[in-house]
Amino acid sequence: MITVTFTAPDGAEIAASARPGLTLMEAARDACVPGILAECGGACSCSTCHVYIDPAWTAKLPEAEEMEVDLLDFAVEVDPETSRLSCQITLTPELDGLRVRVPARQG
Amino acid sequence: MSHIAVIGAGQAGSALAAKLRALGFDGRLTLIGAEPVAPYQRPPLSKKYMAGDMTLDRLFLRPQAFYDENRIDLVTGCQVEAIDPEAMTIRMADGAAIAADQIALTTGADPIRLPAAMGGALPRVYTMRSLADADAMAPEFTAGRRVLIVGGGYVGLEAAAVAASRGLKVTLVEMAPRILARVAAQETADWIRAVHVAHGVEFREGCGLQGLTETDTGAYAAALSDGTTVTVDFVVCGIGVRPATALAEGAGLTLDNGIAVDAFGRTSHPRIFAAGDCASFPWQGGRIRLESVPNAIDQAEATAASMLGQGAPYVAKPWFWSDQYDVKLQIAGLNTGHDRVVVRPGDKPGSQSHWYYRGATLLAVDAMNDPRAYMTGKRLIEAGHSPLPEAVADPAVALKALPLADDLAA
Repeated sequence: MITVTFTAPDGAEIAASARPGLTLMEAARDACVPGILAECGGACSCSTCHVYIDPAWTAKLPEAEEMEVDLLDFAVEVDPETSRLSCQITLTPELDGLRVRVPARQG
Repeated sequence: MSHIAVIGAGQAGSALAAKLRALGFDGRLTLIGAEPVAPYQRPPLSKKYMAGDMTLDRLFLRPQAFYDENRIDLVTGCQVEAIDPEAMTIRMADGAAIAADQIALTTGADPIRLPAAMGGALPRVYTMRSLADADAMAPEFTAGRRVLIVGGGYVGLEAAAVAASRGLKVTLVEMAPRILARVAAQETADWIRAVHVAHGVEFREGCGLQGLTETDTGAYAAALSDGTTVTVDFVVCGIGVRPATALAEGAGLTLDNGIAVDAFGRTSHPRIFAAGDCASFPWQGGRIRLESVPNAIDQAEATAASMLGQGAPYVAKPWFWSDQYDVKLQIAGLNTGHDRVVVRPGDKPGSQSHWYYRGATLLAVDAMNDPRAYMTGKRLIEAGHSPLPEAVADPAVALKALPLADDLAA
């Protein structure tokens, strides 16, 4: 299992445990992390699963594809260095220990 | 302790129950579903799940722990027989009755089935609505088999895309003069059709299915209204849904294209609410009923707040999506009443958007592989702004710099 630590907008930390192959969004959903809406269920259609990746981890993630970049552009309070759509990040063993911050709102 | 019962454990019911707890409801909360599984996502059934690209565990909306931690008593595989609106009791199929202080109806919609007289009772005639439907037809989706898709709406087209991608021979019949006749402009229908034709799908539009008969070899012969017969191995019907209103009707609630609710999700009974695909609500001086996940979630959450006396009127922000092959279609707004469609080429090959106008007012945008056009259109529509059509049609004008008609008027 892969452990991911989510920091909620209020500063609370939630440790999520997920199997490889699930997306970061699904890990958050299954751990009941608040603030990740994922209205489209991970179809890269809505940009309501926006998260900030801990700067120490951004380089370890595969680069965002064009569709994700386009949608991210319309998310709220985007940080060009760390913002990603969590539904587009597939968890692999290399991401064990990943740290992620949840934005205050999803637009 | 007060008790809220939510009847219908789909996307709306699940969102409504979750929101009640998130807003601090501390009483007893029961979520009752007719299907034998926990609430799950329906959209992938005709997309990724059908294609075998998504496993069952990823389909569930929430893990079991969520219901436990939030003290949501999830009752699955349970058919509600009737609601007694005077006594505020719910009668189950097994005869048990439970009392509730408030009831939310999130019963969704049921697929329209092909009448038995037309061959609808044949074993390999499928509908596409539930997990059981998808699982039942999954073994049919093997290369070389022949499938007839009845209905050229989004569900039928998505099933056609999965079938064609997996090497099946696909024929799609649509009774209306063209596919997507109810939901999209000719321009969008033409664009989508071309993608399917390139993948080998054969279209018969303006052509109805008259009936299915089983042949000597066990195949199905489909007699079509153009006088031809197509022989197939199985049939998928995507001919629409009807709002599931039987319980509401039995309880004497007002119906109007679904269970009629006000902007607060209230039915004609003061302690019974409704949300999602089953409910029609006020919209721009009339009423509409939306069949979509975003509306199910948003309306359910607004209704949950109303049930706790914290409500604000629900204002729908309609949006939809469909995945077919490598095409992502995203739709913002409702195009009802449009008198003009403006075509905007996308930045990349294979991307385009269609902007629906009524006079100078932007109503909706269909974006094919063009999320920037979709998001721009969505923002503008929700803010009540309309860009000048000439600028929209000119790809040299950047989406973020579209001049607005309202600016000129000001």
